[in-house]
Amino acid sequence: MINSFLLSLIVGVFIGGTAGYLGSLMVSKKMGLIAGPLGHLTLPGIALAILYNFDVSLGALPFVILGAILIWFLEMKTDLPEESLTAVIFATGVSLAFLILPAKELETALVGDIVKVSFWGAVISSLVSLIIFLILRKIYSKIIFSSISEDLAKVEGIDTKKYNFIYLLCIAIIVALGVKIVGGFLTAALVAIPACTSKNLSKNIFQYSYGAMIIGSLSAILGILLYKFSGYPAGPLIILVNSFFFIISVFLRR
Amino acid sequence: MTEDILRVKNLNVELGREKIIENLSFKVEEGETLVVLGPNGAGKTILFKALLGLIPYTGEIWWKPELKLSYVPTRLPLVKEFPLTIEEFFNLKEVSRERTIEILKEVGMTQSNILKKKITELSTGQFQRILIAWGLSKDVQVLLFDEPTFGIDIGGQENVYNLLEKVQKERGITTLLISHDLSVVYKFADNVLCLNKKSLCYGRPKEILSSKALSELYGGEIKVYKHVK
Repeated sequence: MINSFLLSLIVGVFIGGTAGYLGSLMVSKKMGLIAGPLGHLTLPGIALAILYNFDVSLGALPFVILGAILIWFLEMKTDLPEESLTAVIFATGVSLAFLILPAKELETALVGDIVKVSFWGAVISSLVSLIIFLILRKIYSKIIFSSISEDLAKVEGIDTKKYNFIYLLCIAIIVALGVKIVGGFLTAALVAIPACTSKNLSKNIFQYSYGAMIIGSLSAILGILLYKFSGYPAGPLIILVNSFFFIISVFLRR
Repeated sequence: MTEDILRVKNLNVELGREKIIENLSFKVEEGETLVVLGPNGAGKTILFKALLGLIPYTGEIWWKPELKLSYVPTRLPLVKEFPLTIEEFFNLKEVSRERTIEILKEVGMTQSNILKKKITELSTGQFQRILIAWGLSKDVQVLLFDEPTFGIDIGGQENVYNLLEKVQKERGITTLLISHDLSVVYKFADNVLCLNKKSLCYGRPKEILSSKALSELYGGEIKVYKHVK
């Protein structure tokens, strides 16, 4: 059997990379922060998964989807802006998690615990990440086109509603997978920071998107290695490595 | 005899509860340049969106079947959020590298390494040229152009229109242009449609653009000084 450290490295590479690649679209669409509230929303789901001992991403996914639908529904029913509703929803999610979870499990829910990943959990997470990456790669230019101008995209015959739906679904799944490595609190950073770093360093969209993917994967590897040597939780270490790369990129900016 | 390419009959567009366009009728012939003239908020852009089927309307819009249309909006501010090069910008429309080089030459952008240049590094005038090229990059028969000289100084405006006219003559493209610049109408339009929710005048510019028609369109007293050729 492969040891759990190696498994966590493999999962980190796949989820971190795909989150970075997805983040390049989210940051340019000014949606970089939305993964934050969505991540917070997953906390009750993670809590249930820990209590009943099943995969945290499986617990998280229905909560992300439910949260996104709730925000959309409340936005239609009230005149409140999306960001205020997001605040209401995610605070509710965090509060619920604190009620459900025993204190000692809270840390896992909040900042993740990648080294606890099971063999099959690792295989499935890596495979799902890979599939999401391939889907995103296929729709990447269509999403850019419809972000630049939905009207223009429609004139060119692009079904903008379909592609947007697929894109949102990819965000929900990556957030649910992301909680496995960085917990419910840090998912926004997992998607946003690699993209910001890559944007500082890239000359074109190809370098930007794949750069974000490489930085996302590399940060996950280094974060998990640092965990191995320091014993601090891996989730925050992955994010800190990401932040470190970002600071360097500011000085190397093209 | 030239054929009709577009016929619009009793077009009405409402957004929310506000009537934006009322009972509008006009037609466009193949190869014609129609300039839609009117003040801000007159419904010019909304008319384009209705023509492109992007918003609901009542009445009749008939396009000659199997036409290839191209639409270029006034601005594309969000394009700057993505670190796109000019080549990647054309790739979004699946335009080949060879075709991109060719069309860039047509709009006078021949600098070496132009394909690798970032969109964000272009001046407003250069970007407008790129937009024209982008609009013309596929084999289109109709070009709908919403204020092609938005944000360009007067000298640059002249260039953009001359460029549009050149390309249009060479390729026989039917053009619908939104403008609020009268000199553009006199110089380039075969027909003009004065729009302020309703059609206030429609026909050959020299025949219909009287002081009376223009003061009705823009409000207040307007004197027209025709160019002596």
